[in-house]
Amino acid sequence: MAVMTRVVELRAMQYRRTFRASIISSFLNPVLFLLAMGVGLGTYVDRSGTATQALGGLTYLQFLAPGLLAATAMQSAAFEATFPIMAGLTWQRVFHAMYATPISPRDIVLGNLTWITIRLTMIATIFTIVMSLFGAAASPLIILGIPAAVLTGMAFATPIAAFSATQRTPEKFNAVFRFGITPLFLFSGTFFPISNLPVAIQPIAWLSPLWHGVELSRALALGTIGQAPGLAVAHVAVLVAIVVAGTFWAFRTIEARLVRG
Amino acid sequence: MPNEPAPTDAALIRARGLTKRFGAFTAVDSIDFSVAQGESFGFLGPNGAGKTSTMRMIGCVSPVTEGELEVLGQDPRVDGPRIRSRIGVVPQQDTLDTELTVRENLVIYGRYFGMSRAECGRRADELLEFTQLTERANEPVEPLSGGMKRRLTIARALINEPDLLLLDEPTTGLDPQARHLLWDRLYRLKQRGVTLVLTTHYMDEAEQLCDRLVVMDKAKIVAEGSPRELIERYSTKEVTELRFPVGVQETLNGHLEGLAERVELLPDRVLLYTDDGEAAVAAAHKRGLRPETVLVRRSSLEDVFLRLTGRSLIE
Repeated sequence: MAVMTRVVELRAMQYRRTFRASIISSFLNPVLFLLAMGVGLGTYVDRSGTATQALGGLTYLQFLAPGLLAATAMQSAAFEATFPIMAGLTWQRVFHAMYATPISPRDIVLGNLTWITIRLTMIATIFTIVMSLFGAAASPLIILGIPAAVLTGMAFATPIAAFSATQRTPEKFNAVFRFGITPLFLFSGTFFPISNLPVAIQPIAWLSPLWHGVELSRALALGTIGQAPGLAVAHVAVLVAIVVAGTFWAFRTIEARLVRG
Repeated sequence: MPNEPAPTDAALIRARGLTKRFGAFTAVDSIDFSVAQGESFGFLGPNGAGKTSTMRMIGCVSPVTEGELEVLGQDPRVDGPRIRSRIGVVPQQDTLDTELTVRENLVIYGRYFGMSRAECGRRADELLEFTQLTERANEPVEPLSGGMKRRLTIARALINEPDLLLLDEPTTGLDPQARHLLWDRLYRLKQRGVTLVLTTHYMDEAEQLCDRLVVMDKAKIVAEGSPRELIERYSTKEVTELRFPVGVQETLNGHLEGLAERVELLPDRVLLYTDDGEAAVAAAHKRGLRPETVLVRRSSLEDVFLRLTGRSLIE
């Protein structure tokens, strides 16, 4: 455990160089999205009677913001689990340099996943602050939306990091984003309830880890989590299971890469 | 971490029947060697001979397929992290962190060994001095020349004051001046008693740095000894190199016998192995051969390699 923190220390040292730009973009991203979609588009949505009914009497901004929180965590996680992992294993090979010291492949995996957790916590916290400033948080439980979003992000970061370790060029990362992250971003209940999807497709949305994250985050932001606590537990269980499986997969692929050299 | 008791005898590395296979491919085929404390030991061989695979097993980052390996008196299979904490590694490919400065690269590396921040800083400054990089301490790594990057990598490998320093082709790709500077630093380490194990495909490097070496070819060790011993055993005192014009070279087969103890007809030149190079030149002239250029030189490890494998070291 203690050894793993040395890996986190490296990532923090690297991050120092881009810290300011990173914080600004973590702040600007939700501001722009909530302005354009929540406020801009929301004004039209809120005028429509059927929409208001489908959203259960919420404003579109209130509906959208917590979903976008989880979706942002997913996108940031996917980014953090692709290029930096490839840099460490293939481009600059600093993970190989670490492995020549007492640090083990498992420490390298756990250290990097811990770092991604820290990054996602920063991003989700800033997002939640912006959300509250927009008046999009209906319940103080939104504080718990931060760990919910981080958990959602890690459900993507762990298997994607494992996958990244099997790649020697970034070509397939485009496919991950184009055919994985973007469709999930659009069809996991972030922008509209999945009940608006054709009935035949709805169960597919349940397979999306993001849908579980969005539902969880929304139930917390709106304070409705008490109405269906069993469902919330199920969402958490699904996400935790993916994180555990993804972590073990990453142990295997990253160790294999380091041993192969 | 408590200090392990020192190995009972002086061998820092001992390998018996050491083998590495990748699927059906055998990279290292049952080799035996040992390296004594304070010794400077080399693996000489062409690319693909199995040098790097051997080094990675010694460095405890690649598991032994078969045979026995003991490093610093311990078993890499179970004591990998403990062994790695006492060795320094200079890999073939640079693995410097280009997002950090020169000095930060050293400090964070010390942290990997669990050293305190203050200790890391102190060691980093000492090593920057030793590798003549102090002026670059706070600059990024990327604009550094190849030679400077190699020196930084060596400084990094020394941060934990290792008992054993592993260098995989330390000067490949460097210009002559940078190589000499690097050799000088390595020579100083050797004089301080640091045990060096290095791989190289440059015979001059092996001659400069190694007390003892093994010649590897096709996953096996084909000879072992000091550079001088190997040259005495497998070559002659002098070598006469003759170069002929294009077209003539190909007609020489059968016209060279008896000019020297041993004759090698290479695609681009003729090598005459003899204890008296000038006499061989005279003999060649007497036979009516008209080489374009003539060079008489001392035998080198290149000649040993050619003798042992029938091929030149760098193809």
